[in-house]
This record gives sequence, C-alpha cells and structure tokens, in this order.
Amino acid sequence: MSWEVVMGLEVHLQLATKSKIFSGAANQFGADPNVQACAVDLGMPGMLPVLNSEALRYAVMFGLAIDARLGKRSVFDRKNYFYPDLPKGYQVSQFFEPIVCEGQFDIPMEDGSLFPVRITRAHLEEDAGKSVHDAYTGQTGVDLNRAGTPLLEIVTEPDFRTAAQAVAYLKALHSLAIYLGISDGNMAEGSMRCDINISLRPTGSEAFGTRTEIKNVNSFKFVEKAIAIETERQQDVLESGGTITQETRLYDADKNETRAMRSKEVANDYRYFPEPDLLPIIIDDEYIDAIKGALPELPRIKRSRFMSDYELGQYDAALLVDTPTLANYFEAAAIKSKAPKLTANWILGDLAGALNRENLEIGESPVSAEALAGLIIRIADSTLSSKLAKQVFEGLWQHEGTADAIIETRGLKQVTDTGALEAMVDQVIANHPDQVTQYRAAEESKQKKLVGFFVGQVMKASKGQANPQRLNTLLISKLGES
Amino acid sequence: MPTIPADVLSVAQLARLRIDEAALDDVTDRFGRTLDLVAQLEQIDTEGVIPMSNPHDMQQRLRADEVTESNQREALQKTAPAVADGFFLVPKVLD
Repeated sequence: MSWEVVMGLEVHLQLATKSKIFSGAANQFGADPNVQACAVDLGMPGMLPVLNSEALRYAVMFGLAIDARLGKRSVFDRKNYFYPDLPKGYQVSQFFEPIVCEGQFDIPMEDGSLFPVRITRAHLEEDAGKSVHDAYTGQTGVDLNRAGTPLLEIVTEPDFRTAAQAVAYLKALHSLAIYLGISDGNMAEGSMRCDINISLRPTGSEAFGTRTEIKNVNSFKFVEKAIAIETERQQDVLESGGTITQETRLYDADKNETRAMRSKEVANDYRYFPEPDLLPIIIDDEYIDAIKGALPELPRIKRSRFMSDYELGQYDAALLVDTPTLANYFEAAAIKSKAPKLTANWILGDLAGALNRENLEIGESPVSAEALAGLIIRIADSTLSSKLAKQVFEGLWQHEGTADAIIETRGLKQVTDTGALEAMVDQVIANHPDQVTQYRAAEESKQKKLVGFFVGQVMKASKGQANPQRLNTLLISKLGES
Repeated sequence: MPTIPADVLSVAQLARLRIDEAALDDVTDRFGRTLDLVAQLEQIDTEGVIPMSNPHDMQQRLRADEVTESNQREALQKTAPAVADGFFLVPKVLD
C-alpha cells in the first residue's frame, strides 16, 4: 500500500528583545544559572506581568510580512500544567484571541515553483526555564534564565507532504526572521525550535490518520531525519495491522529514532482561561501602519526584484536573498560586474563551496564583492577562460590583490590575440600531418570530434591560456583549407 | 450531565490536589452545584456580545524594552529548599 504523509508544523521563535516578555530581566543566552530570573519570572506572589512593547511590535512585523490578518484585540491566556521549570504552574500564552491570525507564506522550491503554506496563527507567549536531569543524583536542576523569554509560536495548517517542503518552509521562515531582525535565528541555542505533527493516510484518502507530535527539533537536518524515521515507524505499525497512538515523541539524534515521551498519567488538558493579570492588547491602524512603513525589503519582494532586475530564476534568486548580507553582496558584485547571471553562478558555486569548506559565513568572505566583480569582468570579456578564472579566484582567496593584478603576476591572460593564436595553430598543423589528413578525409559529423585533438595540442602549447572559442573557430577554418 | 466523583478526582489530579475519601461526596456535590450554575449561565443568548476577559474597561499598558532588573539570585534562592551551582534543585523529574 502506498501512503501519503501529512504534516503541520509549529515553530517557536525566540524574539531578540533586550528584556523578557513580561519583566525587565535580561534576555540573553548563556548566562550563569538563574542570574537573569527576577521575581516576575519566578512567579513570586504579588508580581504583575507587563507586556514588552518590542515583543508586540515584532509579532506585528511578522504578521504584516506574511500578509496575515492581525488581531486588533488580542488576549493572553493561562495554559495550565505542572513542571518544575514552569514556576507559576501555567504558561502565559494566547489561545482564544492571538495577535496574528490566518495568513499565507509562499515558499520557493528547488524546481522553481512556489509552495503555498497556510499559516493558521502566530501568538505571543513566554518560554519556560530549563531542567538539567543528569547532573545531580536523584534531583533535577532548574535554571529559570530562559523563563519569560518572548516566543512567537507560528502554527501552520497540515499542508506539508514531504520533508523537503517542511525544510524549505523552515528555511524561509528562518530567513524572514533574520530580515525582520525579530530573532537571532541561532538554532543551536534554541532560538528556533520546531514541533512536527505527522500522520499517514493511504494515498488518495481524504481522512487524516492519527498523528503524533515530535517535539523540539532544532536543526533543519534533524527535521528531515525525524520525519523520515517517524514516517517509517508509522508505516511499519500500520502495515503490520497496528494503530498509531496519539502521543508526543522525542527525536533522539544520536540513535536516529523517535520515542514516546514518558506518558503523563492524564492526557494533556491545559484548561486555558484568560490571564486576569493582563488586560487585552489593542492595536489600531495608526500603530500598524507605522510598523508597515518601517518594514525592510522582505525576502519575497527582493526575490521578485532580483528575478526582474537581474534576470535570475526563482530558485537562484531565492538562494541569493537568504540573508540580507548575502543579498547585498550579490547586488554589489552584480552591479559592478554588469554580468548578474555569471555573478550569481560564481557566488552560488565556487564562492559558496569555498566558504563551506572553511566554515565561513558570507560576511566573513576573504573575497569581497568588489574583488569578485573584478574577476567576473575578466571572464565576461574573455580575458579568462573558466579554468583560468578558478586560478584567479584562488589568488583572490589568498589576498594576492585584485583580479587584474593576479592575472598579471601569475601570467594567466588568455591568448586572444589572433596573430599569436594563428602561429600556434599553424605550428600544430605542420607537426601533425597524419591527423590533418585523417581530419580532412572524415565526414563532417566526425570532424567535430577530431578537432578536439588539435584543440588539445594548442592548449598544451599555450599552457592552457588559449581562448577556447577563438581557437576553435581558427582551427576549423585552417583545417578546412586544403 | 451529573457530576460524578471520577470527574472531581480527575480535575483534582490536574490541579495536584488531594481529596480525602471521606470528603469526596461532599466535594462532588458542591462541585456539581457550581457546574449547574455555569450550565444555567450558558442558556443566556450571548450572540454578538464580546467576551469580557477583564472587568476593567482598559487596555494593557506596555513596557519599554529595557533591562531594569539586576542579578538577585542570592536573595531569590534564600527561600529555596535546595540549590546547587546556581540551580534550584527539585526531586527528580523526567520528560
């Protein structure tokens, strides 16, 4: 039987505010345990939460960026459950009236198409603290520094059918958060965490199967692996006649498996009710318009602009707008080189490869946009063949100077001078009379193949610096003269 | 739907409350009467009425995004039953 995977995603995005969502404690990663947890974060009696204006603004920015309907009146609710890293016994969240309501997010896919993802809602809430289970015998250590960190939880409809779609969505979401400046997007530090709701149904069936939820996956690679392994598990269960239990599972990257979290005695029943310590949040058009007016150029807008201004394909454009730094690098190089397509190819090809090898970000590239443009100019005007260009690129990477200086000092100029080329061609023809006879006797279709021999000889004679196009033309005309 | 002791015990468990066997019938009765009152309220036609989530006819005041709290770990951990290396310690819990 063939199965269709159905997935919806919930992403928790930590907002990059200076202080907590409801208190004036610092919101910074990596501090000593509990030095950034104040009386409000600890849920001490008598403490009153007050909403951070910046957290609200970030949520509205996100809503505007995905063209979502905004909750002009939104309300905080209490989500009740007991866990030591949640000192109040409830998490302040938004359940009934979220700040961001339904929207749509179009994701550029590798084949150049756009994959529309329906966003159900995005709401503000506070993060919980962290528990350390293995450091103290018989005890759990609790660090409440993270308690009260502002989160935007972004929930999608069950629109995903493949891991590739899910990962593409997460990457686009990550990129958008960086553009908006609302999160540092540091996934290793938990700034973006993903819950995957996943079920299987027979292909062609309308009804959803029973789903499981894989909690807190924090890298693109793990999302892909977790989906693959959970799909396999559910398929095995279903095909051997079993049923899927609706439950929360954890993805264990070391063992590459998902396993059920120790089931709570009672099914989750959060008994949401409006948070009496916070009043409704009201936002008006003036507030919204001011935020709208200050939005940066969004990835999707930039993508369209790159496609029309620089004649790039959807996917190349999407890759180039991934971060503002990369997009700026490309634009600076493309404008200077006046050869945008070639510039895009070099950035996404050789440059990206070299950066990856050395584990560098585009902002740390040893080759500046201007330097790369210098190289592109010399490829475009045929001074460099693609082979020589790679050598110049190496020189740029090693800080040997500008492309022109490297061409000069390394003597890498392509021989385009017809006189010099002609002399070399004549020499090669004179040295290989047998091959010339063979060529001239051959049918036209075979000649194309045989000319390669002469190209090789001239290239050897020129130490690889002959311009291949000119050489080819010249050879064909010379060999044609009998 | 009449309230039965099992409902009461399940709610009590969610709230981490222990109810003595001897008091269960009495609590169930009072619990049931509260729910009856809610059921009575539910009969009112509230079509078009905006839910009142707060008795004050006001909106939430916002705080500027500034760090106003300094490290008060020492003071805040004075009342904790057990601490180590800056962590609060609690009886072992697992996911």
